[in-house]
Amino acid sequence: MTPILATGPSLYWYLTRSTGAVALLLLTAAVVLGVVDVRRWSTPNWPRFMVDALHRKVALLAMIFLALHIITSVLDTFAPISPIDAVVPFAGSYRPFWLGLGAIAFDLLIAVTITSLLRQRMGYASWRAVHWLTYASWPIALLHGFGTGSDVRTTWLLALSIACLLAVLAAVAVRVADGWPQTLGCRGAALGGAGAFSLFLLLWLPSGPLGSEWARRSGTPSSLLGHSATAGGSHGSRR
Amino acid sequence: MSQRLRVNPISCEAHGMCAELLPERISLDEWGYPIVNEEPLPPALLDHARRAAQACPTFALLLTRDRDRGS
Amino acid sequence: MSDETLLIDAPAAWESEIGDPQPHGTLPRLLAGIPAHGPMSLEDHLAVHGPAPASTRRRGRRGESPLIEQIAQAGLRGHGGAGFPTATKLRAVADSRGRAIVVVNAAEGEPASLKDRTLLHALPHLVLDGAQLAAEAVGADELIVCVCESAPASSDSATMAIAERRGLSVDSARIHIAAVPGNYVAGQESALVNHLNGGPAIPTFTPPMVFQQGVRRRPTLVANAETLAHLALIARHGPEWFRQLGIPSQPGSALVTLSGAVAHPGVYEIEHGASLHSLTDAAGGTLGDPRALLVGGYGGSWIGRELLRGVALSDEHLAPHAASLGAGVIALLSENACPVAETARVTRWLSEQSAGQCGPCVHGLDSIASSVEEIAGGIAQADATQRIARLATLVRRRGACGHPDGVARLVTTALDAFGPELADHARHGPCEDCARPAQLPLPADGRLDRPSHKPVSWR
Repeated sequence: MTPILATGPSLYWYLTRSTGAVALLLLTAAVVLGVVDVRRWSTPNWPRFMVDALHRKVALLAMIFLALHIITSVLDTFAPISPIDAVVPFAGSYRPFWLGLGAIAFDLLIAVTITSLLRQRMGYASWRAVHWLTYASWPIALLHGFGTGSDVRTTWLLALSIACLLAVLAAVAVRVADGWPQTLGCRGAALGGAGAFSLFLLLWLPSGPLGSEWARRSGTPSSLLGHSATAGGSHGSRR
Repeated sequence: MSQRLRVNPISCEAHGMCAELLPERISLDEWGYPIVNEEPLPPALLDHARRAAQACPTFALLLTRDRDRGS
Repeated sequence: MSDETLLIDAPAAWESEIGDPQPHGTLPRLLAGIPAHGPMSLEDHLAVHGPAPASTRRRGRRGESPLIEQIAQAGLRGHGGAGFPTATKLRAVADSRGRAIVVVNAAEGEPASLKDRTLLHALPHLVLDGAQLAAEAVGADELIVCVCESAPASSDSATMAIAERRGLSVDSARIHIAAVPGNYVAGQESALVNHLNGGPAIPTFTPPMVFQQGVRRRPTLVANAETLAHLALIARHGPEWFRQLGIPSQPGSALVTLSGAVAHPGVYEIEHGASLHSLTDAAGGTLGDPRALLVGGYGGSWIGRELLRGVALSDEHLAPHAASLGAGVIALLSENACPVAETARVTRWLSEQSAGQCGPCVHGLDSIASSVEEIAGGIAQADATQRIARLATLVRRRGACGHPDGVARLVTTALDAFGPELADHARHGPCEDCARPAQLPLPADGRLDRPSHKPVSWR
């Protein structure tokens, strides 16, 4: 292994990508399970308290992988990412906007996590209001993944991301339909937001991350760009 | 000092987890809302009762000591 | 026990007793000296009842105000419907930490009850005296008089009376008036406090009880207007005087609102234990042969025709009928009214008056009302009456307030009193009396907009 480590991408580079992908998957599962939970779905083998516990535990697991993703991205020496960039958006030098989106999503999820761990001490209404931030954090995280991720052009990651998007869209649709048409303003806005986001992705992806020279256009420092003619090939041509 | 279960019917949103976790004392009516036996809890059920109260998403299930009950 | 009742609003039959301080414990008590029209002035009030006892620094045993002990000995209970012992309530507020507030409850959301707004309109000083004395007893420095927003005459009368008293510096506590919405549950203790705290006029979960933390988180005494009027007289004449009327388990007198199949409906003062017959006599007799009696309120109890003869008006006498005096509603259904149709109407209205906060109430009352309506319309299932009985048991004590319990009582007593009529409707549909105009009044407004997160059933 040693010769490869000396000249190829570091272990942290692989870990940050993989934990990022797993975090996206787990966050998607947490959102879907959250909707399943609030819709009160259950079977004799999957009682309500288990669905609820599963939602909570998958969400916590997502936060663990998110933490690993952040730590490994800091430890990775290729891209200049400092610990501050994890929580303060747009201050870094590596793809500042797209990395910043990740920081925003992380900040929102920290708020959700802390309030959920301390929910016994806060009022239910306040807890619920903060919890809805998850619906905002997910699309921001996905955009972060598209913007910073070097693997987005690979088939598997693109397919995974699209599958997660479809899962969340389905969850949002189910959530909005429950109790329709009460609070029509909120529900309409949620559907509209989801639709607009999807449309944006459809229009932006081909010319954005999937287009040419995305690494340069997304703000990769020029000192890191010289190693490859194209932006982020499928086998890590960053070095 | 005995402990009893009580539900706050205003907070309750019929999630139904309490009845799953403590069927000895809680059943659900035809609309999914809990019917709680408010008799003092025997020691064997206390842990289950505590777990049921913690599982309630809206904190509607309350474990009270006799001293705390409103008249 | 003598069957004494006294008429109000029939000037020809009765003469003013100004100057008579009722030394012999007869009726009228609250209604003594009541003017034929408009409110009784402060001057006349003092002439009839004498001055309120001066506030005293002397403390009884337990360090409490001597008035509380007097109220305890008198056995005064609340006249808002729950019948809670007044002395116990006073003590609870006096013992709680913080400066107390007294709330005079004249919200009277019960459609068939007029006594509280009548009292406040015609005899405001009696109510305000009682409120002031209660304030002194519990250490309160503020009074809030709650009047239904649909009773402007009572509100105006109270306002004028407060101004009169201010002019003579009669009171120690600050008084102001608050208007309360007319929905049915608004007069419930915690609902009233919720409204005064800026929230909606719907009940809240307790504990904390309002006597611990109520208006602005201060210990709050919520007392019915009539209860305070009685308190004002007990303070003047003592507990032994109070007990000269009534029965040992329920001493004193009470105001009732008599309506329906009588010659002169209105607000009357009775002594507890008076027979229904003596009341209807005083009201000029019944019109025809009444079919049923609704006693207490719309959350009260039906008593069928056969049992009316022996009915006496006290909780003790009414208990065998699964009834109580409640808010003092005495509504006689005339012989050509349909008890099934009336019950269906009232039950549906009560279900719409639910605050909409508690699942069992929202769903249970709706199901009960639908079942009664189906029976009335002849489209019910075979076991409809069993379903109603089961639902009544299901909703009792499962709300944050007593509203579902009231409906359960109404329909359960209807099942007992109107068995043949219910069976007849179930088989043949509406009877000829069903189409007649409603006898039991139901306000067209006063309906709440329900919070939107509650209505769905999860099964």
